[in-house]
Amino acid sequence: MDVAGLLAIAVGAILVNNFVLHRFLGLCPFLGVSKQLDAAVGMGFAVIFVMTMASVVTFGIYHFILAPFGIEYLRTIAFILVIATLVQFVEMLIEKTSPSLYSALGIYLPLITTNCAVLGVAVLNIDKSYSFVETLIHGFSAGIGFTVALVLMAGIRERVELADVPESLKGVPVAFIVAGLMSIAFLGFTGLVVE
Amino acid sequence: MSTWDDFTKGIVKENPVFRLVLGLCPVLAVTTSLKNGLGMGLAATFVLVGSNFIVSLIRKGIPARIRIPCYITVIASFVTVVDLVMAGYMPELHKNLGIFIPLIVVNCVILGRAEAFAGKNGVGKSFLDGLGMGVGFTFALVVTAAVREIIGTGKIWGLVLLGTKYNPVLFAVLSPGAFVTLGLLIGLFNMLEARRKT
Repeated sequence: MDVAGLLAIAVGAILVNNFVLHRFLGLCPFLGVSKQLDAAVGMGFAVIFVMTMASVVTFGIYHFILAPFGIEYLRTIAFILVIATLVQFVEMLIEKTSPSLYSALGIYLPLITTNCAVLGVAVLNIDKSYSFVETLIHGFSAGIGFTVALVLMAGIRERVELADVPESLKGVPVAFIVAGLMSIAFLGFTGLVVE
Repeated sequence: MSTWDDFTKGIVKENPVFRLVLGLCPVLAVTTSLKNGLGMGLAATFVLVGSNFIVSLIRKGIPARIRIPCYITVIASFVTVVDLVMAGYMPELHKNLGIFIPLIVVNCVILGRAEAFAGKNGVGKSFLDGLGMGVGFTFALVVTAAVREIIGTGKIWGLVLLGTKYNPVLFAVLSPGAFVTLGLLIGLFNMLEARRKT
């Protein structure tokens, strides 16, 4: 376990293989919650939190329950149920311990269950056979990468709202084209980390 | 609404991708070639038809409060079946689609249909609804994949289409091309819909 390897995973997940712009995960919230900057920041923090937790929990489930019993093929079912429960649990926990954080994140938490980036990061951790620390770093930085893309997108979309866009491209289509341009910019990071 | 409408509405009028803008992740990720797009479309159609069928069959036995976890379990079981069958018989396609096979579970089209249609309608209608939505989803994947493959490589289904003089625009098969292609296609559908109304 070396620091350089962990740094490579972090930079890789945030910039090079950005979850939204390169791996195409979590597009529904990316388009749905990127209309306002404040909402985007709230959603971003909720996702970082849940992705880190989900990475840790699914790591445990896979290596201590599924693998010893030889039932790895059940991972899709196990992971999605665990994530759904986890999101619910996190929601209740935040509500009890920090009402102010709850009122800030509250409405975004239930939406995270169907965010494919969360299940995606869990499956990727297993597919790449990461160790526990690598899983933790990967989950956390994947969440950061998602948030970076979401917040940048929200900033741009607030401006696009004021622009003169052709009638049939208004809304989602122009958002996709903006995402395409952002993706070109992120392509510039290719080669930053040698995998 | 007639039975025929249950089937056809998903294909154009309520196309899950172009009109409802649902289930976008796989549409962008696997449409680098027509083969992958079609494979993904058929896998999702199977899960959609299967889960709609089972959900409509057991809908009266599920308490309303825990219906979503029940639906997800049904969907996840079908996804596992697809995953294992594809790994066994089509290893190359399985490798190309990668993590997007397990991710069919969180495809909002499938849970959306279970919640909005199969949980409220009979078995036959739900089956047709699932089939129609699946065909519509496959149609969207195939169109996007075909556009990207032709522009990006000059080929279709691995066959040379545009000849050697055509200089492939690599942009279309890279990630930015996916966003731009889908954005323009949704725009095109919006334009056609607006024309049809007037």
